[in-house]
Amino acid sequence: MNWSRAALGLGIALSIIALLGFGLTRDPTAFPSPLPGTTAPTFALPVMETGELVDLADLAGEVVVLNFWASWCVPCRYEHADLVASAGRYQTRGVRFYGLLYQDTPRNAGTFIEEMGGVNYPTLLDEGSRTAISYGVTGVPETFVIDRDGTIVFKYNGPISLRQLEAVIEPLLVDPAAMTSAAHGPGMP
Amino acid sequence: MTRRILLLALLVAAPLHAQTVVTDSAGIDARTREIASQLRCVVCQGLSIEDSPSELAQSMRAVVREQVMAGRTEDEIKAYFVERYGERILLSPRATGFNLSVYILPVLALLLGAIGIIVAVRRWTGGAAPASVETDDPDLAAWDELVPRS
Repeated sequence: MNWSRAALGLGIALSIIALLGFGLTRDPTAFPSPLPGTTAPTFALPVMETGELVDLADLAGEVVVLNFWASWCVPCRYEHADLVASAGRYQTRGVRFYGLLYQDTPRNAGTFIEEMGGVNYPTLLDEGSRTAISYGVTGVPETFVIDRDGTIVFKYNGPISLRQLEAVIEPLLVDPAAMTSAAHGPGMP
Repeated sequence: MTRRILLLALLVAAPLHAQTVVTDSAGIDARTREIASQLRCVVCQGLSIEDSPSELAQSMRAVVREQVMAGRTEDEIKAYFVERYGERILLSPRATGFNLSVYILPVLALLLGAIGIIVAVRRWTGGAAPASVETDDPDLAAWDELVPRS
């Protein structure tokens, strides 16, 4: 038996197996987003219920949560309750929540909201999916969290949970002034 | 003769100039198609947004068209999408860095394979001629006479 030839053959076979093992286990449909860490793209979209325009530029200095959804999207049903709960908890602390309708009609959106028991934050209409494309949306649901500086700090594809939103939003709400006084201890000016 | 050369030169130069300024509808359509053919549809596997029937692809085509009309260059439009979707939005990976291997490796593999085959064939046919067949069969013996040995 020619050992050196066998070793060479084994080496080549193992390299190919390793390469396939790496390549075939990757998801060809995945589009890892380059947006987190970058400035959130601007938009000015009408509120479905009132037609009033919401401009991201006007929200500078606030924490903003954007959720792209559609009535035909099944996972959107799973996350609805958590989104409503998060909005209930954090809107009172100044966080802005917006649902952005993706490739759907206001009528269907209205039916969905009614079925799900209502919603406590505005739904914005994204005609022609311009804003969705601007945010690199590949499907729904997708949730973005924008910090006070207007930077996208979080992007999640799939149904979001209350827990996830808490983990992302809480650190953004920490008031720098409150932190320094806490560092000095109670009772200190 | 010189007039012919001049005419030829003008014909060649014309399309080169057309690349930079696109104002007519046919030109815009053509540019849009060209750029859209290089962008991947995120919904339908393996299709460009030019070929894909999905609604998102249609919206993306509209975005490309708007930007072509606004005078953006092909590189600027592609960069717009890459900033938002990442490198995978381009159907052909950009030929830089690690991506170069996608273009080079197949050619390399073909060359190595060709060399390997040439070497192997040389080895197989370069050896001694096979010994004549010992047999009682008269037909086979007659055949053996007829077939030339290398």
